[in-house]
Amino acid sequence: MASFFASEFFHNYKRSSSAIIGSALMISFAFAVLVGPFLVAQNPYDIASLNLMDSYKPPMWLPGGEAQFPLGTDGQGRDVWASILYGARISLFIGVVAMVASCFIGTVLGLIAGFYGGIVDSVIMRIADIQLSFPSILIALFLMSAVGTGVDKVLIALTAVGWVVYARTVRGSTLSEIEKEYVQAARVAGLPNHKIIRKHVLPNVLTPLIVIATIQVGTFVLIEASLSFLGVGVPITQPSLGLLIKNGFDVLFSGLWWTSVFPGVAIMMLVFGINLFGDFLRDELNPRLK
Amino acid sequence: MTKADDHPLLSVRNLRTYFHTFSGTVKAVDGVSFDIGQGEVMGLVGESGGGKSVVGFSILGLIDSPGRIEDGEILLNGKDLVTAGEAALRDIRGRNVSMVFQDPMTSLNPLHTVGRQMDEVLRLHTDLDARARHVACIEMLESVGISRASERLKSYPHQFSGGMRQRVVIAIALLARPGLIIADEPTTALDVTIQSQILKLMRQQIAEKGASMILITHDLAVVSEMADHITVLYCGKVVERGLTRDLISAPSHPYTRGLIASIPDATDRQDRLSQIPGSVPDIRNLPMGCNFRERCPRAQALCAQQEPELMPQHGSLRAACHFPLAPGDTA
Amino acid sequence: MFGYLLKRLIQMTLVLWVVSVIVFMMMSFTGDPVFMIVPIDATEAEIAQARRILGLDQSLLVQYWKFLGSLLQGDFGQSYVFRQPAMTLILERMPATVELVLVAMVFAIAVAIPLGVYAGANPQSRMSRLIMSGSLLGISLPGFWVGMVLIYLFSVHWGIFPSSGRGDTAEVMGLRFSVLTWDGWTHIILPAVTLSLGTMAIILRITRAGMMEVGRQDFMKFARAKGATKNDVLYKHGLKNALIPVITIFGLQIGDLIAFATITETIFSWPGMGKLLIDSIYRADRPVIVVYLMLVALIFVVINFLVDVIYTLIDPRIRLK
Repeated sequence: MASFFASEFFHNYKRSSSAIIGSALMISFAFAVLVGPFLVAQNPYDIASLNLMDSYKPPMWLPGGEAQFPLGTDGQGRDVWASILYGARISLFIGVVAMVASCFIGTVLGLIAGFYGGIVDSVIMRIADIQLSFPSILIALFLMSAVGTGVDKVLIALTAVGWVVYARTVRGSTLSEIEKEYVQAARVAGLPNHKIIRKHVLPNVLTPLIVIATIQVGTFVLIEASLSFLGVGVPITQPSLGLLIKNGFDVLFSGLWWTSVFPGVAIMMLVFGINLFGDFLRDELNPRLK
Repeated sequence: MTKADDHPLLSVRNLRTYFHTFSGTVKAVDGVSFDIGQGEVMGLVGESGGGKSVVGFSILGLIDSPGRIEDGEILLNGKDLVTAGEAALRDIRGRNVSMVFQDPMTSLNPLHTVGRQMDEVLRLHTDLDARARHVACIEMLESVGISRASERLKSYPHQFSGGMRQRVVIAIALLARPGLIIADEPTTALDVTIQSQILKLMRQQIAEKGASMILITHDLAVVSEMADHITVLYCGKVVERGLTRDLISAPSHPYTRGLIASIPDATDRQDRLSQIPGSVPDIRNLPMGCNFRERCPRAQALCAQQEPELMPQHGSLRAACHFPLAPGDTA
Repeated sequence: MFGYLLKRLIQMTLVLWVVSVIVFMMMSFTGDPVFMIVPIDATEAEIAQARRILGLDQSLLVQYWKFLGSLLQGDFGQSYVFRQPAMTLILERMPATVELVLVAMVFAIAVAIPLGVYAGANPQSRMSRLIMSGSLLGISLPGFWVGMVLIYLFSVHWGIFPSSGRGDTAEVMGLRFSVLTWDGWTHIILPAVTLSLGTMAIILRITRAGMMEVGRQDFMKFARAKGATKNDVLYKHGLKNALIPVITIFGLQIGDLIAFATITETIFSWPGMGKLLIDSIYRADRPVIVVYLMLVALIFVVINFLVDVIYTLIDPRIRLK
């Protein structure tokens, strides 16, 4: 740990204001997601704690606002602040889990394609090529329209979209890795393939994935929000930030802006934080990709 | 001075160009002075990192941030370029002073035809119409030894060989008939066989057009064939200057002698070139006294305390050394 | 050249074929379209009858064969909802989407290229840092939310621009355009700005990166040594060299614009094919979804091809092969 604080990475981190702001945003969201629900009095999904008398209260600094509901309330008398804390949980959960799944599947396929080559390689990479020529949001939208709403289905759709970038990167680095002497030596020594891959190839192809994975969480949060906004994402019982915005959109024309604007601000801060930090990581880990 | 000239074409006085980087100020050019008369060729010599190119870019006013000309005068026909504005400098670049870069592979824009890149100079600096410019470009390409010039104008740089490209670069530099050409290592990136062709071409073209030239190079062999007089730079400072024959035959600064000793000589049977020991010191924090003393075989206590001034030596030479070599000295 | 075209044509056909397989498979696994066309109180026999008419009683392979056959004949079936040929529906709405995408693209380029060139040419300046932070924010914004905020500010709060529809259009060569009327402009401006933000941010970042790369090259300094003005050097010598990666990204960005147009059109009730797609998804109007996807796939494949051709126009070193 001490060596980490003395490292060049940490030194540059201290000097980069965008890295500090980015990680501060990420940490605050992690904190909000973990303990946030314990900080607010109201569980917005417990019908018993809602009071219709509280509906459409503006934020506390506007006339008619109450300190009890700092960012106002929606049509059911739900505290917008509490909804955001609960919603960020779902958004971030989806983003992170889909990223892990994409990373896992993509890495495995990339290793297989790079290590074995041949027809397996061609098939995997052709699929990746075709998929990459279509916008992720359209593929996800299409998949969701086919399988219906649900957190699990959003996860499947995002993973189906997200694996490609890992597969391509890992395949590329695997190809250059297996040319190296130590892998050749391990092959000559008769080590089984799965061992060579796990012990020698995998650890050396992971670094570039850190940047991709970080930024992908932000991308996934945005895609999920778009899907939910269109009504083909998460179900109404598990509203993510995107669904909160959709619900708020319906009353926007009555001037009740706070139910949709604040969840959007939350998404923006979360994704902005991730992108700021991701940019810093890219500069640090892959100087040539700048 | 070689040709008694009251009013040299270019007179650089006490030029200081510094780069202010995060890790400290780099005094790339630190109090450099020299004169070039009409039709003269001056060699500007030194190891890489010695500030030679920065002198060239300073003359053209092409020092980019974090670099800055801190002090000094650059008088072209008596007019100071340091205080001239960007618009005035733009007018001078290409028209009065032009530059030939080191690597012909990268100094031409890969996406424009050679013709367009030549035409640009004439468009900027002459009132000729399109047809006259076209004719001028063809003539210039032919005069630098490129045949089928009117066809070649339509070609892109990647369709030329390295030597041919450098001919194009030279053609561009000569196109607006500038009085001064700054050639920054013009042959370093070329094959040895091409090098002498290009040098011959440059010498002939400059003589023909009555232009002057600053030949920036690390290669004393090149400069000894071309230059009327030589200025040697070390760590941003002039350490020695004088007429070419004096300086080559009997240098008085140990650094110059080191450079001369490292010229590969066809008659020399030694398999290894004599190299100056050590390397250029970190220019961000130079030692006190003489900058060369740590690599100098003649250094004594005085060299660590006091920086030597440029003093007259034998013949036409001036050198900044406390213990200069006399003709015939070997140690 | 002919060999290249042939190769590309085969490649493009192959991609479209794969897309058709995937579209068909996804469609077969989703819901049962029979219930879209039979009345709610239909009997078992009626349902079976409808199934036979739709060909759903046959094996998947036979169904796909028929599907492919009708695709090749340009027959995409009737919309379950509108009872009109799905192709006609889409084609009717396509000009509105194309117009929106084009205007958004022009916005994006007009802002992104000059700012990107500036930020690339002066990477250390305060202004450049501001531009870069702004562009990162642009990537981090949910586009649909920006659209909503714009609607709230400009339509609901200030009442400057309308929030939905195309407004008045003028007809040129049988196609209707909003940009030709003042009213149309007031309608297109908000959706086009909303749609353009993401693309703007990305093109800006790529342009900047390209300019920084190009700025280090000798020919930029050589051009300045010729006496060219700083702007001439940046735009005539620099930008063209920086454009290659911009064009790659640009091809992808047109795809993204078309994709995100679905959301933008939904928010602003813009009567384009994107809104039709979303409506059709809600109503499980399968033929319309299929037409949309196949058409968009065709557009993407053609754009990719055009991007490759544009490369060769910009960079004489690249040959089609």
